Amino acid sequence: MAQSERKIRVLVAKPGLDGHDRGAKVIARALRDAGMEVIYTGLRQTPEMIAAAALQEDVDAVGVSILSGAHNTLCPRIVSLLRNQGMNDTLVILGGIVPQEDIPKLKEQGVAEIFLPGTSTQDIAKFIRENVKPRE
Amino acid sequence: MATTEIASTQFTPVSPSQSKERKSHFCTVSLDEINRLYTPDDIRDVEQVTDIGQPGEFPYTRGIHATGYRGKLWTMRQFAGFSTPEETNRRFKYLLKEGQTGLSVAYDLPTLMGYDADSSLSEGEVGKCGVAVSSLADMETLFDGIDLEKVTVSQTINAPASVLLAMYLVVAEKQGADWQKISGTLQNDILKEYIAQKEWIYPIRPAMKLVVDTFEFCTAQVPKYNPISVSGYHIREAGATALQELAFTLRDGIEYVEWGVSAGLDIEKFVPRISFFFNAHNDFFEEIAKYRAARRLWARIMRDRFGARSERTLQLRFHTQTAGVSLTVQQPLNNVVRVAIQALAGVLGGTQSLHTDSYDEALALPTDRAALLALRTQQIIAEESGVANTVDPLGGSYFVEAFTEKMEQGARDYFDRIDAMGGMVEAIEKGFPQREIQDSAYQYQKALEAGEQTIVGVNKYQMEAASTEIPILVIDESVRHHQIERLEQTRARRDEGAVARTLDNIRRAAQTQANTLPATIEAVREYATLGEICSALRDVYGIYEEPAI
Repeated sequence: MAQSERKIRVLVAKPGLDGHDRGAKVIARALRDAGMEVIYTGLRQTPEMIAAAALQEDVDAVGVSILSGAHNTLCPRIVSLLRNQGMNDTLVILGGIVPQEDIPKLKEQGVAEIFLPGTSTQDIAKFIRENVKPRE
Repeated sequence: MATTEIASTQFTPVSPSQSKERKSHFCTVSLDEINRLYTPDDIRDVEQVTDIGQPGEFPYTRGIHATGYRGKLWTMRQFAGFSTPEETNRRFKYLLKEGQTGLSVAYDLPTLMGYDADSSLSEGEVGKCGVAVSSLADMETLFDGIDLEKVTVSQTINAPASVLLAMYLVVAEKQGADWQKISGTLQNDILKEYIAQKEWIYPIRPAMKLVVDTFEFCTAQVPKYNPISVSGYHIREAGATALQELAFTLRDGIEYVEWGVSAGLDIEKFVPRISFFFNAHNDFFEEIAKYRAARRLWARIMRDRFGARSERTLQLRFHTQTAGVSLTVQQPLNNVVRVAIQALAGVLGGTQSLHTDSYDEALALPTDRAALLALRTQQIIAEESGVANTVDPLGGSYFVEAFTEKMEQGARDYFDRIDAMGGMVEAIEKGFPQREIQDSAYQYQKALEAGEQTIVGVNKYQMEAASTEIPILVIDESVRHHQIERLEQTRARRDEGAVARTLDNIRRAAQTQANTLPATIEAVREYATLGEICSALRDVYGIYEEPAI
């Protein structure tokens, strides 16, 4: 019972110089409508700023939105910063324009799932719900 | 009796309200409801002479040229830029050789944000979304062997636009080109950055001052150059409806004219060099109505709101690009078809120039092969389809004229709301256009997930992922290393004292409200970098903080 009382908390993060935030904002709203608590970082956050926000907001998942092609540089750094501050269970997911051949490596580096353009927001909400670690 | 029976079973007309239709509502991609049939009743308020008129005549609903495309075809201007200046120069030459008639530069994100390739913020981004340009040396390479007096170049650059304009002018000068003769377009539309694309540097008001500086400078020194392309493209890509794209873009246009007038510029001199840039999305007739309404609205605004009289001031000229947002990763070859239909809408709407997206752009920047097919699409529309043989072939259609009228009225309602807020700068500060666009983007996503809107290959007619594989262009971090090396060489060769002095002059011009262009050109000549110049302006202007929406 206690588990279901706490809403899932998600940080929607927009790292890098890219300003295309349509996707990030639509996802933030859809996850909110799906009953989650969503914090949106705003634009141009460094991996350090994102990790700090994740810790401060005590989130269960971090959803990263990147459309610029900088995912191979930014995502592994976000994952390792989270792990270094002890957030070992925090789910990291990525949405954006990501070539197929980059996906296996990103998963190896700790990104739980990569959502490409055309993914339904309901599928993303479902994935988060099924994959966040339940809290004590 | 037998004959009457047959008549009653076979020939009783079914009233329109009773006959069954596939869906309860038929909507455009902007979720605007469309009627089953349009008749003369729907255009009762549209005057043949004053609202539709003739091509080449006020209010230009049917186009700005009496001869349409019979006089001159639209300019085929493919947006290109990736990796290093050397690589993009090679792509430019390839496209020109294949019959492209103008160039259009895509810059990478660090350049768009005013950072050099060696800034720590540029890591992972150099050469990815466009070509990396950090100093005049890069610009010289980019246009090496391309005669800037002969080829018109469009530059997609906004927050640091005045710096890239300065670099372009200095390269032209070094080539021996005459500034009086060169033409081209600077996007330089900072308002839509705050509204939609979000690539800003300075706060809105000083950023608007930089835009006005380019109006003033170009009007006096580069008279054939278009210092701004007021852009609805990015507003649409961010999720706006066709109507919102039209309304916010033209209201941005009004704002620029007002700022130019306040700075003492003559509308009949600077407004003719203001150009526009629209999206071409999936809904064919909605797009055509949008372009026709844009021309009519602008002519009326310029005449009634600003008292303009000359033809060039009243005529809205525009570039069109097919909708990047409509391209799908799934079954990417389907994008070829989408692009062709969107491009056709742009042409039937009377565009002056056109970019057709490549089918691989939902995955990466285009390969040579994909870029070539996109260009060929335009050539087929221009030279095989026959649509360029007559002017505004859809003029007079009940549906198109009724839709054009509806677009005009809808845009006017938005103008009234924005005027009531005090203007577009104030509306942006209140988050109004941003919120309208976000709401539309969300409504569309919901319609898509409810199956009310169809994307072939995505939410209908899906296939296994394996069927989607196409070759894509990969840009790795070696581009950044190459650019950092080039930058180091440039810094080693230049006169540091001269650089520091010219950067001080930029700060002084910014502080005293003088035109910043002359000082910027001086700094560029001394190979001051983009990052250094933007940093000098940031020292005076500060940076923009986005309001929470």
